[in-house]
Amino acid sequence: MRPVYALSGGVSKFAKARPDKTFQAVVKEAYDDAIAALGLGFRDFNAVVDGSVASYFSDHFSRQLMAGIMVQDYLGLVPKPGHRVEGGGATGGLCFQEAWKSVASGHMDVCVAYGFETMSHVETWKGNEFIALASDVSWDYPVGGFYSGYYAMMVTRHMKEFGTTPEQMAAVSVKNHANAYHNPYAQKRNRYSIADVRNAPMVAWPLTRLDICVMSDGAAAVILASEEGLARLEKAGASVTRPLVRVTGIGRGTDAMRMSDRPHVDYDTFMRDYATERERSSDDTRAYYRDMWARGTRYPGVHSFRAGRTAGNMAYKHAGIKDPLNELDFIELHDAYTSSEVQTYEDLGLCRYGEGGPFAASGKAFMPGIDYGLDLPDQPVCPVNPSGGLIACGHPVGATGLMQGVFAIWQLQAAIKERFGDPALQVQGARRGAIHSHAGTGTYVSVSILERED
Amino acid sequence: MAKLPRRREETLGGQIVHGLPFPVETSPEALAFLKHMAPLQVEQEYSIKYLHSYGQDSPWFAGVTNRRLLGTREPETGYTYATPRGHDMATGEQTDWVDLTTRTARVHAFTVCHFGSEEFLPETPYVLALVEFDGADTLFLTRLMGVDPDAASIDWIGMELTPQFLRNSKLKPTDVYFVPAGKPSAEPLPVESSV
Repeated sequence: MRPVYALSGGVSKFAKARPDKTFQAVVKEAYDDAIAALGLGFRDFNAVVDGSVASYFSDHFSRQLMAGIMVQDYLGLVPKPGHRVEGGGATGGLCFQEAWKSVASGHMDVCVAYGFETMSHVETWKGNEFIALASDVSWDYPVGGFYSGYYAMMVTRHMKEFGTTPEQMAAVSVKNHANAYHNPYAQKRNRYSIADVRNAPMVAWPLTRLDICVMSDGAAAVILASEEGLARLEKAGASVTRPLVRVTGIGRGTDAMRMSDRPHVDYDTFMRDYATERERSSDDTRAYYRDMWARGTRYPGVHSFRAGRTAGNMAYKHAGIKDPLNELDFIELHDAYTSSEVQTYEDLGLCRYGEGGPFAASGKAFMPGIDYGLDLPDQPVCPVNPSGGLIACGHPVGATGLMQGVFAIWQLQAAIKERFGDPALQVQGARRGAIHSHAGTGTYVSVSILERED
Repeated sequence: MAKLPRRREETLGGQIVHGLPFPVETSPEALAFLKHMAPLQVEQEYSIKYLHSYGQDSPWFAGVTNRRLLGTREPETGYTYATPRGHDMATGEQTDWVDLTTRTARVHAFTVCHFGSEEFLPETPYVLALVEFDGADTLFLTRLMGVDPDAASIDWIGMELTPQFLRNSKLKPTDVYFVPAGKPSAEPLPVESSV
């Protein structure tokens, strides 16, 4: 595999509704933004780019099949190669990785990954129905298909197993909303307290409206290239930011569509197949898990995402990361729910399984220098969702994983002040970050590692 | 009395209008101005009737119609699925049907949905639960009845349950639902039957 560089990214404004433009034209906003960041014009870039990967989740939302090719032609990319990727909420993350594969394999030198979703064309509760169709329509959907309900069920088990509290989850909402206050691309830029989150209308116990992301219209695009592609772009007049940002790790995992089918494996199987390298090598952690299993915990059940752990372990191995909390400078992860951010802390090895709740309220995943109005016992170590995440930025599904890629590139290029007009969310000295994209109830998960080359 | 919400609920429906503002003459200035117009939004219907097959899972639906709750079991390993699967995930072998009707069942996880997707909004608040069974390795998603949705508590997890069956089957997984075990219903259940 060849080195792959993430050269540039662009996002449209995420909003509740974008009736001002069709989806193709909204994608063009992000596409033009990514091209402009290279200092190239549309014609010059289109003459060099070899092809694309398109990302959007639901044909239902736009009532349009093959919407990907409509974007491809609107962007003037025909007859270059392209295809659409779909994997629920992880569609954007999978798209990013498909573009990476196109370049890493030598099939393309310059590949653009673009994604979008237009969720405003139906009412919110119909939109929830479309999303719920991403559960088994024989067994799950007819029982009361509602993704917030599915995630709420998972977190009640997490609470039962590990003592996680709704207030710990609410700390995630406070953090991500406060971060987004400094991000002009975010859909929601409000400050909230723990009490605000808990007192918001209950959606699916114990998750309130402020524990849950919102539906959005929006688009994002990322440009990936090989060394040869970089040379071709520069020959065409591109001004590429140095140091370069390289994609150094790719990981993916899957799990059964029906939550009910998730296994409950024993301690030995967990340690062999799922424990992180760090967990396996620690006497203390092995004893911690042995005790947990003795008290009846089994893995992953419905409280944890085996796909996320698998994707993380794979990406870390690829990138040579052994201690993600201390070796990653930031993570943009898929916080469709505050509860899933807590669960994902554990899956990604930022803390041990069972410690996600206290970790959420510890301050370790917060940004330094931002007043959250919380009494946080620990200093920031690895900011999670410095952009504000899905909860505050919005979640136009097919764009989301790519939006994370764009924000990660800007962090690593130290371009946050320039792009946001506010330096508050720049992770100082950011060298390595991760993006995490997550589908269904944990069915497809992707983790990609991006690093600044010094 | 609680305050009225600050925002009125909105629907997609709008007013029918006849004719739209447009320049009387398409002068260059008038055509250029068209780029500054607000977008038109129209309603489009989308309705489909599917003939959905339960395929190899069909006997389960016949089972609940006859007040029997079935699962499936890998013949060699005995791995038992409370939500039936035609083939085992580990061995790839075809599974056999087993009767779970009288197995001890408990709440494994649950939620109270105060909102829902459009189809289920009229049924809110409703309780979803994943049920575990003695001797079964996987769970079953169901509706939990006979509990107070305003008194949700983590202590519900572990609660022993009894299946109830609709007398008139709808051939849906909701033909069976669960209630707390050993708790006689305060109301008669004229159209239902418990095991």
